[in-house]
Amino acid sequence: MNEILSPKQFGFSRRGFMIGAAGLSFAFAFHTKLAEAASPAAAIAGKALSPWASIEPDGTIFIMSPATEMGQGSMTSLPLIFAEELDADWGKVRIVPAPVIEKIYGNPGFGGMMYTAGSNAVRSYYKPLRNFGAQVRRVLLDNAAEHWNVPMDELSTEPGLVVHAKSGHKIGYGEIASFAKAPAKAPRITPWELKKEKDFRLIGKDVLRVELPNKINGTARYSIDVEAPGMIYGTIVRSPVEGGTPDKFDEAKVKAVPGVLSTVRLPYGIGVLADTAWAAFAGQDAVKQSITWHRTGKAWGFDSDKGMAAFAADARNLKVHVTSDWFKQGDAAGELAKVATVIDAEYQCDYAYHAQMEPLNSVASVSASDDSVEVWCGSQSQTMAIEAPAKALGISRDKVNLNYLLMGGGFGRRGHRDEEFIVDSVLLSKAAKRPVKMMWTREDDVHNGRLRPMTAHYLRAGLDPSGKIIAWHQRLVGDRVTPYQDPVRYKAAKQKDFILMLGVELRSYDIPNQYCGQVYRDTGVRTSSLRGIGFTANKFVTEAFLDEIALKRGIDPVKLRLELLKNTPRGRAVVERVAEMAKWGRKPAEGHALGFAFIDYSDSLLGGIAEISVDGTSGNIKVHDFWCAMDCGRPVQPDNVVAQTQSSIVYGLGMALTERITIKDGRIQQSNFYDYTVMRMRDVPQLHIELLATGNPPTGAGQMGTPLVAPAINNAFAALTGKRLRETPMTPDRVRRALA
Amino acid sequence: MIHFTVNGKPASTDAPPATPLLWVIREGLKLRGTKYGCGAGLCGACMVHIDGKRAFSCQTQMDQVSGKSVTTIEGLSDDSSHPVQKAWLAEKVPQCGYCQSGQIMSAADLLKHKSHPTREEIVEFMSAHICRCGTYPRILRAIERAAQEA
Repeated sequence: MNEILSPKQFGFSRRGFMIGAAGLSFAFAFHTKLAEAASPAAAIAGKALSPWASIEPDGTIFIMSPATEMGQGSMTSLPLIFAEELDADWGKVRIVPAPVIEKIYGNPGFGGMMYTAGSNAVRSYYKPLRNFGAQVRRVLLDNAAEHWNVPMDELSTEPGLVVHAKSGHKIGYGEIASFAKAPAKAPRITPWELKKEKDFRLIGKDVLRVELPNKINGTARYSIDVEAPGMIYGTIVRSPVEGGTPDKFDEAKVKAVPGVLSTVRLPYGIGVLADTAWAAFAGQDAVKQSITWHRTGKAWGFDSDKGMAAFAADARNLKVHVTSDWFKQGDAAGELAKVATVIDAEYQCDYAYHAQMEPLNSVASVSASDDSVEVWCGSQSQTMAIEAPAKALGISRDKVNLNYLLMGGGFGRRGHRDEEFIVDSVLLSKAAKRPVKMMWTREDDVHNGRLRPMTAHYLRAGLDPSGKIIAWHQRLVGDRVTPYQDPVRYKAAKQKDFILMLGVELRSYDIPNQYCGQVYRDTGVRTSSLRGIGFTANKFVTEAFLDEIALKRGIDPVKLRLELLKNTPRGRAVVERVAEMAKWGRKPAEGHALGFAFIDYSDSLLGGIAEISVDGTSGNIKVHDFWCAMDCGRPVQPDNVVAQTQSSIVYGLGMALTERITIKDGRIQQSNFYDYTVMRMRDVPQLHIELLATGNPPTGAGQMGTPLVAPAINNAFAALTGKRLRETPMTPDRVRRALA
Repeated sequence: MIHFTVNGKPASTDAPPATPLLWVIREGLKLRGTKYGCGAGLCGACMVHIDGKRAFSCQTQMDQVSGKSVTTIEGLSDDSSHPVQKAWLAEKVPQCGYCQSGQIMSAADLLKHKSHPTREEIVEFMSAHICRCGTYPRILRAIERAAQEA
């Protein structure tokens, strides 16, 4: 059983790590006594041969997990990559959440922050972790060679053992660790010294995810489960609009609720502190009944229906200037003026909400003198989860003691630079002078939601006389995301709003002249990266528009993609495979139709086909089957990649069919799962997923299916009814309107 | 004071009678396997058994529980050996895992009252729940496996 230990159980002090790691990304030989909790035998000195791993005399190997775990499996797959090159016995591996030391554990894909997002944990850590694992294995081989006085090249390894085939000698890693000397400098591993794919024992073979046994018996711990000694409970009523400040509320009525201890006035809302959870909720209800707000902030008065109409008008009006050129290749506008045929289309995508199952919460314990804090939370970024409380209290980050726990879903919601839900707990604890468990209700989670932005799209394609697409021109009008979500990364990205815009480029398609302009409109609505980010809207519009072009040209949509993918063989392979899987071209059952979509996302390539029927009276679209072929390079844990893809497709179904946030007077109108409807078991089609395992390095796998779904369904709807739905979600009322 | 039984042991609370059972289980008795998801009987993360049948603990007031027997995920088995738990692991169902205690409690109730449900019956029964990670295909497989192996 691969237990999960906390860094504190593991017993490495932060200071010890910093000293050990000073000046070297690979630090040897800081002999650290492991805490009793990590080793029942108590006080056995293990040998930390790298800040990534420590080997115990009994052969137990502790490996650091640098990513946060929200269900995607990185807590298993990253240490497993290290274990592969170390040739560790997986049964003896124990996984330790890494301490927050960016220099050692930072994600190379996020400029060295500790941040788990964008489906890039495996992708970014793959190479360095293989190298680190191989370095530790080399140290063990060197020591064994010296011990037996034989040349190192006569040695090989089996899981957890060094073997000298000539003499038949074998020695366990644990035994070597008990006498090993670490070199002053990390050994250099050349790429051809890494394992060959055929020799892999772990990568590409499925292991049980380390935290799963705790997830079937109620022992998995999320921040909402934390019990801090002496803690009380906190709730908060936040301004419904970003920037709003509390005016009046009936404080006496709140304090009259049995169990309520006090209220806390914060710049953006009113907190309630109470002895019990239920009293904190009752007190919050009392605040909600009477509170009024100062209408500071931008979004007051904003109405999403009117806003969408304005966005759409600006998208189609070419005289409205773009605020930035997002993507340019060739001369799309110039070619459009010359081509034989121009086809144009409009699409619109609504706001959507993450709906992670665990409503946001956090536990904080601020010291009596306000100069340090311990935090228990679920965040996608350890860096942000330390920096935001430090900023809120005006203390240095080494005064923040972070415990990062499993997350009941993330989907991009828990990676905002300000980590506002963590700060809520910190400010309440500061006011209470006690540890506080701060919980949002589901209604809070919706009303305080940070949304997938609303966007309007206008597209034009220019075709030559043979029907070939020569020019592709897009305008996208929408709220911005990146500057709101993360000003630091926005600046680092040279003020590019990548969270909104990614996905408009048609990199895999042979379309010589492409342009996409961004027209941003700051409505003041809170926006966020949401699983699939810009791809979900942007691939919906481009793949639906391509389908329109195919129909106008009278050419099969799959054939059109294969033409466009002439320079992308891996793209053609997924398209051909998914067409085979779904038997594309067959006559579907009566009342059914198939629709196709292709996407490229984080260097992964996917083809998808939906088979649907439509109930014309209710307007319900029923998805019967969904086929997906994906090439994400070498899958480190294939079954988990399939699971993540099932997951991202189900998520995409909700985005495509039902999930819609509307805004009136700046406030989110929806409240809970009765008016924000997500997919349930009865809504889910038969899913058919195949991975085309190529020898390429692993690429994104956590969310790639999400943007694939809406265009496939949209295109199936057009095939079935001859009508084109121009909005997501494709709700029953929109379907009825299209069919009327 | 309201008296009841949790996982075979006597329990009591001085919470007001209208307090949802969920919060008494979680924050009063510190049994944190049962989860809060919506507080409105819409997601099933809080599912427990009351007198052997599934119930949304967020929709059950304490005064309705007086004298009754409540089972939570912690009481389903001592060692994860319930057939539903074993099937859940065999099919590698959980992702974030937050909803799974509730899903498992429902599945155990379903199979207790109907040892071999049809696929349609499983889908209908389990559609009381939400899994935002979309583990539905694996939940379905796990319940079919548990029905076979039990």
